[in-house]
Amino acid sequence: MLEAEDRARFEQLVLPHLDAAFNLAAWILSNRSDAEDVTQEAMLRAYRFFGGFYGGDVRAWLLQIVRNTSYTWLEKNRRMHMTDEFNEELHMQSSATPESIAIAGDDRERLKQALETLPARFREVLVLRELEGCSYKEIAEITSTPMGTVMSSLSRARRQLQSAVAKHAGGETTHEL
Amino acid sequence: MSCDLDNALLHSYFDGELSVIRAAEFQYHLARCSDCIDELDTMSSVRGSLKHARLYESAPASLRLKIRVGIHSRTPKTRLSPLLGWRGLAAAAAIVLVALILWRVVPVVRKEEDYQAEFAAEIVDAHLRSLLPGQITTANSADPAILKAWFDSKVKFTFPVRDFASNGFALQGGRVDIVQGRTVAALVYRSRDQVFNVFIWRTSESDDSAHAGTRQGFQWIDWRKDRLEFCAVSDAAPFDLRRMQRLLAMTSSITAE
Repeated sequence: MLEAEDRARFEQLVLPHLDAAFNLAAWILSNRSDAEDVTQEAMLRAYRFFGGFYGGDVRAWLLQIVRNTSYTWLEKNRRMHMTDEFNEELHMQSSATPESIAIAGDDRERLKQALETLPARFREVLVLRELEGCSYKEIAEITSTPMGTVMSSLSRARRQLQSAVAKHAGGETTHEL
Repeated sequence: MSCDLDNALLHSYFDGELSVIRAAEFQYHLARCSDCIDELDTMSSVRGSLKHARLYESAPASLRLKIRVGIHSRTPKTRLSPLLGWRGLAAAAAIVLVALILWRVVPVVRKEEDYQAEFAAEIVDAHLRSLLPGQITTANSADPAILKAWFDSKVKFTFPVRDFASNGFALQGGRVDIVQGRTVAALVYRSRDQVFNVFIWRTSESDDSAHAGTRQGFQWIDWRKDRLEFCAVSDAAPFDLRRMQRLLAMTSSITAE
């Protein structure tokens, strides 16, 4: 049961990480307006669980909740696209294709679309590492995976991103290694 | 990459995750392996373009407000519902009694706090207002001299305007606002994705060291110097706001007018 004191503590410790929460949700869901709903739900959930949080890395704790909420949401709302591993690339409802990446002139748009072609679990490690500046340990905690898996996902994710970007630059058609 | 070294090692090195000894070992390898050097080059160029592309998705101010409202309305509901019935009534009566006692006894202590709370509420409101689209700066310049000239024509007091971009707080511009009925100057700074508003107004009171507080998840720090009152607000970590405050306090003493 939360007292006013806990609420103040929540506002002081957790709310400053709202941008991190929204950023992660927006990239997992590839959609800002869905991300707003999911972030709101995740924050309120975090608020309910806050009594069980006894110090440690607040951001990692919050992002873990955001991630779980995002995937639960995806499963509920885009279930038909989640049936197998292969289709993971499709469930983002992304309009990004190698052609559209090549057409997008703007650097930001080009990278955004390249990131959106990656499977969600690769995109999330890149976002956590490169945009959020998380350590491997934090990523492991947030994604509930062993460090070894974090490292290999990150290295595969970087390869895929590089080849997606290179396709634009060199017009190559080879797929990921 | 044809180098047969474990790929995870390369990435760990790139991400600064290796111990000093293992990093030194890797550098020894790196000096002899052009494959790894090429790979590192590509990785850092991709990292560079990711950084420059501004891909970070910041939460809209409206979401922040919704969440605040959400957590403020949530607790009472979940706390009162199991208390319904006769026992609930008894509990409610007890709560009312305690509230009555607090209401009679505490006011003496609360006067100063009330003022503080009211002040914080207004400052945070002004900060929130500034986050609405298109509201943040009226004078849109990162040049301190231009901003200073602009403020000189808008408000009847002068104050130092400095850019702290080299310290991580980049000047974005300024505007004139009203806080507690007073005309105040507001300087806007940005650090990563956090916005800082620094409100400045004239005061007749003497210098005072910094007081900090929190309201609705926003941090504020208030201090007085050379007949000016400063209040910096942000939802950044308290530590960052402190840093910003020290920078501002330092310049205002150097350029006291």
